[in-house]
Amino acid sequence: MIGVLDLQGDVVEHIDHLERLGISSKRVKKTSDLKGIKGLIIPGGESTCLARLMKLNGIDRAIMELHGQGIKFWGTCAGAIILARNIIGEKSHVPLIDIDIERNGFGSQLDSFATEALIPDVSPQPLTLIFIRAPKIRRCGPGVKVLLAIEDYIAAAEDESILVTAFHPELTPASDFHAYFARKCGLEIKGERRDLPPWSSTSWTRLARVA
Amino acid sequence: MNSRRHELNIQLAQMLKGGVIMDVTNVEQARIAEEAGAVAVMALERVPADIRAHGGVARMSDPSMILAIKKAVSIPVMAKVRIGHFVEAQVLEALKIDYIDESEVLTPADEECHIDKTKFSIPFVCGARNLGEALRRIAEGAAMIRTKGEAGTGNVVEAVRHMRTMNREIRQLVSMPVEEVVGFAKANGIPFELALKVKELGRLPVVNFAAGGIATPADAALMMQLGCDGIFVGSGIFKSADPVKRARAIVIATAHYDDPEKILEVSMGLGEAMPGLEIGTIPEEHRLAVRGW
Repeated sequence: MIGVLDLQGDVVEHIDHLERLGISSKRVKKTSDLKGIKGLIIPGGESTCLARLMKLNGIDRAIMELHGQGIKFWGTCAGAIILARNIIGEKSHVPLIDIDIERNGFGSQLDSFATEALIPDVSPQPLTLIFIRAPKIRRCGPGVKVLLAIEDYIAAAEDESILVTAFHPELTPASDFHAYFARKCGLEIKGERRDLPPWSSTSWTRLARVA
Repeated sequence: MNSRRHELNIQLAQMLKGGVIMDVTNVEQARIAEEAGAVAVMALERVPADIRAHGGVARMSDPSMILAIKKAVSIPVMAKVRIGHFVEAQVLEALKIDYIDESEVLTPADEECHIDKTKFSIPFVCGARNLGEALRRIAEGAAMIRTKGEAGTGNVVEAVRHMRTMNREIRQLVSMPVEEVVGFAKANGIPFELALKVKELGRLPVVNFAAGGIATPADAALMMQLGCDGIFVGSGIFKSADPVKRARAIVIATAHYDDPEKILEVSMGLGEAMPGLEIGTIPEEHRLAVRGW
């Protein structure tokens, strides 16, 4: 089972992809929800908000303790900032992966963009990459592998237990990154769901609450 | 605007889900909001309660004050333009803020037309009292919707009415046979294609926040439990006795909207909330929610 931190941000977008792969998932709101998961996704959102809510809940400390016990972590965009050992010009939050990261590396929403790139470790096909007010990874320490470098920055990297992406695979039709993370967690992908309609930009609404 | 840009704009709103967007009038307030865990700030010269008290014509804020706030925080910055005032929107796009609120809180500049938002690259959020209004704004290019609760009153009743109305209309649409959708769309002023989309999804195709009259952590959790994706707080924070404490409390109550014990915990000892206004005491011509068409 993979957990998705459910405090703020694009939580259901990740759950939608996990479900498509037939991987069971769980929303993580408090420390007790961390029980029984093989991996935790920290989604996109606002890192200052996420960090504050994680601290109030003690989830930040719980993650520090779980790290090294076999549990894997994946941070997308804000999640990558949360997990970075060094946030340029700011205090770090859950400093687990040896990278330097720069918040809002591109500018305002008008500078958000989509592009394509081949990431051989993750998929044989080029993947769509969505950068929304995204950070730039500026440096990877020893023991951290660069998965994708573009121009002057690193967009995806990993070490043994942590995956970070400055972009949002959960906002694209491809589930390759989710499959990659699931395998990193030691999970087998066996029952891809064929009963769901093909992914679309409104697929997340399937899992959103309706009163 | 190309469709990819529009999709990116809708997706930024998806990143704000579960969060609180706070009205701020200066750099100090913006920093308080960010530190409390706001997911974005709305930069404006006067919060709605003061606009209401001040009277006269309320316009887009001075860009230099918006710029100062943009420089002071790392979270997204939004600002308001008058309904239909597409040049104010051009100015804010040139300023490169993150989101524009085409808002009834300011005095409308056009009594027939809203802004054609498809002409812009910058995203827009618009207010809506019901499904028809929400879908008309989406058809015009809005990337995010919010309720149009009576701003500056500290009274959540109108936001509740709007959300309940929208939920009821969506349920009707979902349960009706397709041949009835044309009539429903016509009666409610809804573009037919969007009516079908909502019928298929069972909700709005974009993020829908609550706005207007939210003053307490319980108000925020109420709107979340009614199905809103997040919360705007206007006057509710910086018109209260202890803005720092209240801002933090509303952020926590929004994230843990279905956990009464958490809401209880953060509701204690907040000091005075902003003074409230009974909607019935506001003359019809002073009600902001009726602005917009």
